Amino acid sequence: MSHLTDLPTWVAIPVCILLLLGSTITLIGSIGLIRLKTFYGRLHAPTLGASAGTVLICTASMITFAVLQNRWILHEVLIIVFVILTTPVTLMLLGQSALYRDRIEGKNDVPRKAAGEQPDTTGMDI
Amino acid sequence: MNELFIIWSILASQILLGLAMGCALFRMVRGPRAQDRILGLDALYIIAMLLLLTFGIRTANSIYFEAALIIAILGFVSSIAFAKFLMRGEVIE
Amino acid sequence: MRYWFPYPLLSLALLMLWLLINQSLSPGQVVLGSVLGVVLAWIMVNLQPDKTRLKNYGVIAVLAGHVAADIVRSNIAVMSAILRAGKRPINSGFVTIDISLRDENALAVLACILTATPGTAWLEFDRQTGVLMIHVLDLENGAAWSELVRNRYEAPLKEIFE
Repeated sequence: MSHLTDLPTWVAIPVCILLLLGSTITLIGSIGLIRLKTFYGRLHAPTLGASAGTVLICTASMITFAVLQNRWILHEVLIIVFVILTTPVTLMLLGQSALYRDRIEGKNDVPRKAAGEQPDTTGMDI
Repeated sequence: MNELFIIWSILASQILLGLAMGCALFRMVRGPRAQDRILGLDALYIIAMLLLLTFGIRTANSIYFEAALIIAILGFVSSIAFAKFLMRGEVIE
Repeated sequence: MRYWFPYPLLSLALLMLWLLINQSLSPGQVVLGSVLGVVLAWIMVNLQPDKTRLKNYGVIAVLAGHVAADIVRSNIAVMSAILRAGKRPINSGFVTIDISLRDENALAVLACILTATPGTAWLEFDRQTGVLMIHVLDLENGAAWSELVRNRYEAPLKEIFE
């Protein structure tokens, strides 16, 4: 752990805060995976880790490497961009396929094919 | 003092991420339907990627970054393939 | 010009990505990245995506700011909803919204915005009737949600893409 001693205090503290905050938010998101009762509820949980968790931890990593190597390191921007662009696509497709399967099985807590009516909030599913 | 502080907080965040992986794994093993399992897998690989980033900070080695980038790209492809399979394929649960 | 550079923005983005991966600004990498960007843009022509012209760059900046603020706010909201979930059941449900956006790329951006914001997830869009169905985690009333989506996201996207 020799290199971490090179880190001045004014860098170490924000890095620690970002890391702890990011991992806590990710943990809360995963707890949501267990706690929420329906599939459509659980669909929201991984977004926490994917948006806030990734941004915070990547920022911490960016700051550390930039200070240690004394130049701008912008690698982690790539991870942020990839994850933020791709997670919605995955979740959207998963939601659609779950909807499709539930409809085929004739579950009645899932709305039918929408036909242009007024906003319908009767489909409360918990 | 300073050094101890940052090492402990990296360790703490690794433990938190490990717990988060456990939760995602629980959903993946337990999940009543196939889509729950895929959701668990999706969360699992994102958390694994974050864990690799914290290892990278700990060892100041940028090889962890490359691994994280590859996980971020390939995990997406696999989740998409699974989700498409649920719509078209014959799923045995 | 248009023939040689069918998608200038895409080529530029690929060049940026190449330079970021290699972490260098040396002339060799810039040349290699530019060649890759142009060649991959030609390959993109074969995929025949819908051509759209971006208008109104000011609105793009405002929309990006709104989205960032909403992501932060809804992160906090979803976290508190998950932590409270043991005590009282979460009132979640489906909301259907009529939207008049038809441009493919604008719909894709709207879908990404809605799903990247924790708390709302895009489920289905009916192209014939223009009815969008989303799932909302912490639902107070459906009408307010559909107003929010229509005013906050759909209207600026319409200005940008149509």
